[in-house]
Amino acid sequence: MKKSYQIEDLDCANCAAKIEAAIKKIKGVENASVSFMTQKLVIETNADIDMIMAEVKKVVKDIEPDCTIIL
Amino acid sequence: MSKKLKKSLWLIVAAGLLFVLSWLPVLKDVKVGLLIISYLIVGWEIIQKALRNILRGHVFDENFLMSLATFGAWYLGEYAEAVAVMLFFQVGEFFQKYAVNRSRQSISDLMDIRPDYANVLRQNKIVKTSPEDVKIGEIIVIKAGEKIPLDGLVIKGSASLNTSALTGESLPQDISKGDEVLSGCINLNGVIEVKTTKEYGASTVAKILDLVENASSQKAELENFITRFAKWYTPIVVILALIIAFVPPLLGFDTFREWSYRAITFLVISCPCALVISIPLSFFGGIGAASKCGVLVKGGNYLEALAKVHTAVFDKTGTLTKGSFIISEISPQGISKKSLLETAAYVESMSSHPVALAIKAAWKDKLDLKRISKIKEVAGKGIMAELDGKKVAAGNLKMLQDFGISNITFPKDKTAVYIVIDGKYRGFIAVEDEVKTTAIPLSRNLKQQGIKQTVMLTGDNKRIASRVGRLLKIDKIFAELLPADKLAKIEQLMQTKPQTSTLLFVGDGINDAPSLARSDIGIAMGGIGSDAALEAADVVIMTDEPSKIIDAVKIARGTILIAQENIVFAIGVKLLVLVLGALGLASIWAAVFADVGVSVIAILNAARALRLYKK
Repeated sequence: MKKSYQIEDLDCANCAAKIEAAIKKIKGVENASVSFMTQKLVIETNADIDMIMAEVKKVVKDIEPDCTIIL
Repeated sequence: MSKKLKKSLWLIVAAGLLFVLSWLPVLKDVKVGLLIISYLIVGWEIIQKALRNILRGHVFDENFLMSLATFGAWYLGEYAEAVAVMLFFQVGEFFQKYAVNRSRQSISDLMDIRPDYANVLRQNKIVKTSPEDVKIGEIIVIKAGEKIPLDGLVIKGSASLNTSALTGESLPQDISKGDEVLSGCINLNGVIEVKTTKEYGASTVAKILDLVENASSQKAELENFITRFAKWYTPIVVILALIIAFVPPLLGFDTFREWSYRAITFLVISCPCALVISIPLSFFGGIGAASKCGVLVKGGNYLEALAKVHTAVFDKTGTLTKGSFIISEISPQGISKKSLLETAAYVESMSSHPVALAIKAAWKDKLDLKRISKIKEVAGKGIMAELDGKKVAAGNLKMLQDFGISNITFPKDKTAVYIVIDGKYRGFIAVEDEVKTTAIPLSRNLKQQGIKQTVMLTGDNKRIASRVGRLLKIDKIFAELLPADKLAKIEQLMQTKPQTSTLLFVGDGINDAPSLARSDIGIAMGGIGSDAALEAADVVIMTDEPSKIIDAVKIARGTILIAQENIVFAIGVKLLVLVLGALGLASIWAAVFADVGVSVIAILNAARALRLYKK
């Protein structure tokens, strides 16, 4: 399953790259891509999306507390 | 400009003013005070973030590095330098954000095709509703100046449509009752009623928006390279800075002060942000420039692949040719041209074969269907019938053999229909698939763009194929291929091309999905309105002009060049400053200006990508 989410206040391109790398490491995530330019997260997973997104939120909060994912 | 951005601009201006004032001789006594205030104005947010991130265990964070560098400068008594580092770091950040916002804005303006509402006719009343709420088969009304919200068929009225947002085509398209209309076009005049054939989600506009919005999730190799580079660059520079600050003075070379000054110049240029932003910015711009001319590219990686095409493979019908026949020769025997065409038109009157359509189109008079009877189709051969009581037949060479007719001159390299009246051969009508005019210079123009080889694949016979191939100056022609053979040919060509370059396949997207998927870049032509093409292809050309392939390759090459320029320039300058800094030849001032200068130049250069396409 492929889903895309809007990210708000993603201010630096380097952080986008860090967030992307961290999300890819979450168990159950097949692939993830964070685009700084479009402020979008595209995530591919076969696991339960709600569980994954809860984990994603944690990761994002840790790296860039200012930015939020719109679910 | 957003609120946040405005705020940071004001902070920069205020801090900058204080910074300038501190240089005035009159204010000499309060110089340090002014500098401290100026520093806090621009630096407070950064120091705060740095502290927060250290608590979270993220040490190599740009905020931390800038804080460390400026603390070091304060410690060394280089007050003005400390303020300058923060101030110009913020200037650079501001500029980046401004440029990124601008570029986002221009792309969303470009893609301003999303319809806001639909006027639906329900119980004889026009109801304004969201396009998502309109069902298939409902009737929508589109007035002048409005966007068509859903795909459908015109059932009433006529209008001119502006399709430029979808196709890059500036000429308006005239439509009237019975025509298909696509969502995203703008009605320029007149009122039309349209019966919807698709839901909003399946309509052209929704598909295109989805495609464009997701384009940046497929990243280019260069983008990934920069991300990896950034990951290692910062820690390495910081460790080098630490070594420089402590090792030489411990070994007794010069003072700690001298070496820590050099270490600070390292920290100042340790932030890779300009690079990390300018590369995706270039690709974003390139994709935007392409969609401006009606070429949808599904990701930065495909721009990269387009820039190094070695072999370009084309499907013939529908791609290089129009896919519809026109009559090229009428050669009667013993009767007039007119009556040969008339006979053919009557015999073919009930057929919807492309050749029959061409013949009927050429016979402009009305057909009196009472004159023709007993129409019978002979599969794989032709059609027989009775016209004005005479036995007539129209068909291919196999049909002539059945009539025992031989020894006639027939066109070797054309598709032709042979006419027999009362058992006597009466001539032939040759048809040809018309070559698109913009396909003629295609091969030559692609070669100018550095593409080494052009190939044409077709299911047609060899003679027709080689005639078209010669006309278009295509290097290699493979004819009489079944769909599966086309795929095999592509695999074979993929193996023979150099490893580092790519193979491009261009098809009409209707039945060549496997070929589109197998090649490095699959381009679907005339993708507008074809769901299969939008899905299977990596690049979709909205109109059916082959010349757009050239535009796409040019934009791709331009984008890659810009990205490469930025990488070489930014890394080069940073390395130079690192070396000069280590040798004590570059001051903190030089490092600050080099760093911000590189950011600004790289970003301005990246912004050029959006303007790569000129009408």
